[in-house]
Amino acid sequence: MADYKWPDQQHRSYLGKKIDRLDGPVKLTGRAKYTYDYNPKGLLYGALVTCPYARAKVLSVDTSAAEKMPGVKALKVVKTPGTETHWAGDEIVALAAVDERIAEDAARAVVVKYEVLPHFVQDEIEPPKDIPLASGPLSQEDLEDMFSNQVPEGKIADAIKTRGINWKPDEGFFKDLKGYGVDQVVIDALRGAQVKPGTAGPKSPYKRTAVQTEGDPDKAFAEAAYVVEGVYGMPVITHCCLETHGLVAEWPDQKSMNVHVSTQNVSGMAAQMAPMLNLSASDIHVEQQNIGGGFGSKFGPDSWGMHAAELSKMAGGAPVKMMLDRKVEQEMAGARPSAYGRVKVGADKDGNLIAWESNSWGTGGVTGGGSPPLPYLFRIPNQKKQHTAVSCNIGSARAWRAPNHPQASLLTECALDDLAAKMGMDPMDFFLKNIEMTGPRAKTYAEEFKIAAEMIGWKEKWHPRGDKTPGPLKRGLGLGLHTWGGRGHESHCDLTVHPDGGVEVRIGSQDLGTGTRTVIAIVIADAMGIPIEHVKVFLGDNKYPMSGASGGSTTSGGVSSSTHRAAVDARDALLAKVASSLKAQPEELEVVKGTVRVKSDHSRAMTWKQACAKVGPVGITVRGNNPDRTKPPDLTNSGIGGVQMAEVSVDIETGVVRVEKLMAVQDAGLIVSKKTCETQMLGGMIMAVSYSLYEEKVMDPTTGRMLNPNIEFYRLAGLPDIKDLRIHLHNTQEQENRGVIGIAEGAVTAPGTAISNAIANAIGVRVPFMPFTPGRVLAALEEHGQNAMAGGAM
Amino acid sequence: MKPFEYASPKTEKQAVGLLGKSWSEAEVLAGGTDLLALMKDDVVAPKRLVNVKHIENLGEVHFDGKEMRIGALVTMGEAADNALIKQHFPILHEALWEAASPQIRNMATMGGNLCQRPRCWYFRNGMGLLPVDEKGESLVLKGDNRYHAVLGNHGPSYFVSPSTIAPVLIAYGARIRLYGPEGARQLELEKFYRAPMHEGEREHALKPNEMITDIFLPAASTRAGYAEIRQKEAFDWPMASCAAVLEMNGSTVKSARIVLGQVAPVPWFSPEAALHLTGKAVTEETAMAAAHAALENARNLGKNKYKITVAKVAVKRAILNAAKEGA
Repeated sequence: MADYKWPDQQHRSYLGKKIDRLDGPVKLTGRAKYTYDYNPKGLLYGALVTCPYARAKVLSVDTSAAEKMPGVKALKVVKTPGTETHWAGDEIVALAAVDERIAEDAARAVVVKYEVLPHFVQDEIEPPKDIPLASGPLSQEDLEDMFSNQVPEGKIADAIKTRGINWKPDEGFFKDLKGYGVDQVVIDALRGAQVKPGTAGPKSPYKRTAVQTEGDPDKAFAEAAYVVEGVYGMPVITHCCLETHGLVAEWPDQKSMNVHVSTQNVSGMAAQMAPMLNLSASDIHVEQQNIGGGFGSKFGPDSWGMHAAELSKMAGGAPVKMMLDRKVEQEMAGARPSAYGRVKVGADKDGNLIAWESNSWGTGGVTGGGSPPLPYLFRIPNQKKQHTAVSCNIGSARAWRAPNHPQASLLTECALDDLAAKMGMDPMDFFLKNIEMTGPRAKTYAEEFKIAAEMIGWKEKWHPRGDKTPGPLKRGLGLGLHTWGGRGHESHCDLTVHPDGGVEVRIGSQDLGTGTRTVIAIVIADAMGIPIEHVKVFLGDNKYPMSGASGGSTTSGGVSSSTHRAAVDARDALLAKVASSLKAQPEELEVVKGTVRVKSDHSRAMTWKQACAKVGPVGITVRGNNPDRTKPPDLTNSGIGGVQMAEVSVDIETGVVRVEKLMAVQDAGLIVSKKTCETQMLGGMIMAVSYSLYEEKVMDPTTGRMLNPNIEFYRLAGLPDIKDLRIHLHNTQEQENRGVIGIAEGAVTAPGTAISNAIANAIGVRVPFMPFTPGRVLAALEEHGQNAMAGGAM
Repeated sequence: MKPFEYASPKTEKQAVGLLGKSWSEAEVLAGGTDLLALMKDDVVAPKRLVNVKHIENLGEVHFDGKEMRIGALVTMGEAADNALIKQHFPILHEALWEAASPQIRNMATMGGNLCQRPRCWYFRNGMGLLPVDEKGESLVLKGDNRYHAVLGNHGPSYFVSPSTIAPVLIAYGARIRLYGPEGARQLELEKFYRAPMHEGEREHALKPNEMITDIFLPAASTRAGYAEIRQKEAFDWPMASCAAVLEMNGSTVKSARIVLGQVAPVPWFSPEAALHLTGKAVTEETAMAAAHAALENARNLGKNKYKITVAKVAVKRAILNAAKEGA
């Protein structure tokens, strides 16, 4: 039985070290090709006719003028008359033409008549107290809503049991659910569900869950020595992928299709496209070498991708490129659900947390939105909570880096920070006092608090709320903590050792710019004991062995486990073949820095190339696997966390906030590629600076249209706005022993909370809602009678 | 983008001959940083583009000791790098450096900057410069007006004038030369801007067949201060800006020109603020009094109250910066 343990310290040339990313040079020099760059001969350009209204019924679609235009090769009506549309930007017609200009002209020539219907886009307003609870039977649509909003499957099953369903699902439906990976508890609940006519309830934008209670919150609040109540929240934001969504589809013949697609899911794409095209997944070839960002929004082919596939077929197989423009991208290619909450927390006289109450709300589009897990991390003994999903006529939510975590962290840890302030306690002391409530990770968090505090100078710089230094610029410190899973996904690869010593691995994974290629090369080089230059990584092709989608920080753990096993097996197969020429048994051999030698006698040695030359004309090929989640993990693991601390400056005259410092301490299991791990962390922290201070999908109440579908007034942090960001990877031996775990999601959760808390520390008042714009900061100051410029003179 | 004709004249005369009698006929193309985006977004669709970049003598900066002439085709980047501008009109230099990004400054021209269209998000989304619903009610007043005007906002124009260098030029007393079919005319820059009363009107006094050819700045012994308050340090539009040019008499202000940007449909010249400084020394108190005077008639449209505060800070800081300058 091969020994698959990760190499120990003596056998690490690359593992855990700072290695330049393998795809750095091609990206820096512009040679890296993205989906957008794929321009095969005979390419047709796709264009969409989108609905300008937030909610409307399509009355008629006249495509005659467009179809007659020279150069228009295919056209498809997506929303036929009678269909209702639910957000501005929804596709009505898709078409393909010989160049972009003709495609756009043709789109403009399509005449669509609508009946405009009332819409609702205001999610920030606290829902009224008296909304009837949704209690009627669930429709198929309600169920789909819950899935797309990532409602926990246990909760879905409970809703099915208590409310029943209004249709009778057939076996095909159950089979589909299984195919989508839906948990058995939901399927069982559906099988046993009472089928009754009716709908979920009155058509209100608000869908409120039942109150969930643990312990005796009323009694606990009555007994609490300290209670605070506050409102906190964050708006809907978009993914802002630098490369917009889209693909190029072409049919070499009527029975197979090639797709170049911007995706986080190379291996899983074909199976999603095939049924709708009457193809088998095996008829579809999917490729992608580079992607300009996904962040959770690029797992499927998307409706517009399917239009491109159909238009290509209609146009005799000619390649059709359908990449969204920035406006449509911002309107409908993904959004993070908003979350707001009125939160009350209580502690006893010693500062022990004893009570929690939250009324949260938020939207993920028409379907309502995810319900953040509250309270986050801290298992406060007495709880009462209720969530209201707000249905808004905006493009649907998608997973956005660490779904639900930034929202839950903000709503929880800002309330705890306010409670600490009320008690006159340093929030770090308060969090530490209650850290046992975070469960098994408590000790790690406590260690991480200490390190983060040293990095930012918490002891020297922290002051009670409200910087008393003269002048308009106030500084403050804040903290936040987070957790994530990060266990490796199912992954398979083929690894070949060529007779000339070259090693290649083929894996149906994708490098999102996160360093997947580099991680794989490091793992293989160290497992085999060879220079990293010998290793060539081939990915981004669904004809390579299947590897999971890159979501939920599952890629590092998945691909490092499968490729490590393959490398160990291939090395052992090689050693078995060359052992006799070194007059030794295979287990007496080792490979160190490209030399194959006898462990006890280094003079009996040969170079890696000499060894490979002995394996025969076709080399050695092995398959490496990382099992799916039904098996216990071995080389990978689940559960990471970290603490982040922010220092901000706030100009109390203008309300302008700057994040001066952001310090992250992160546990990450065994670190494979230190440099790309740190850059992943930095990416998350930069995203957090951006969503904390700038980002917001602004919807016009009158027209229901997005007012900032661009990256001008949809602001993103620029270089000068990104200041001193530092990372400490908390890679203790204990952490290393856990195996490889993904870290990307965690990095983005805590900093937003830390920034909010730092602002409160700087200016002495809480700014309730992100983004912390000058308007919001000044309004919060004014509410507390602190508008520096309001008076007649200073 | 709709198809268009393209012309590339060599002289002013040819250029204006190619321009039209109405705005839909033709547009002047200089740096193109604003126009191309407007065309791509289908906000404007001119039938002809008249590229003026090949017209001679419009790309230079001259200073004879009394007056500076800046050609309309001088790029913002060239102007930002120009030593004479830096020496004689320091806050113009400062405002240019703060504007946009290096890439845009390298393309955008001084004349184009003065003629750029508002950034109002209703306008840029194709809903019109004076956007209204089917009942004729202003979308700005009913909607999200966080970036709209707080001064001169009694309608129907609510957008803010976008140029950050226009307020500075006005504070320095700039004039511009316009060229049209009837020849050249000169205008104080302050009088160039206006708030449209009807959809389809422009934000300035340019006729559809006229173009700006030069900017003139009178030399003067003044102190100048500039402040722009913006959310991001990277490329961003200010929430408010202010240029203050003070003529001093010893330690007191003899006269002042205070001009605010990003607060009104036009660059906002504030004699009220100037009045509070005249005859007084510049102190935190007088600067603050001037700031309050400048915003005394400000009106919150619902979501832009903070802009009143921010604009006051811009005025105060610009005046204090002027007092600091060269001291």
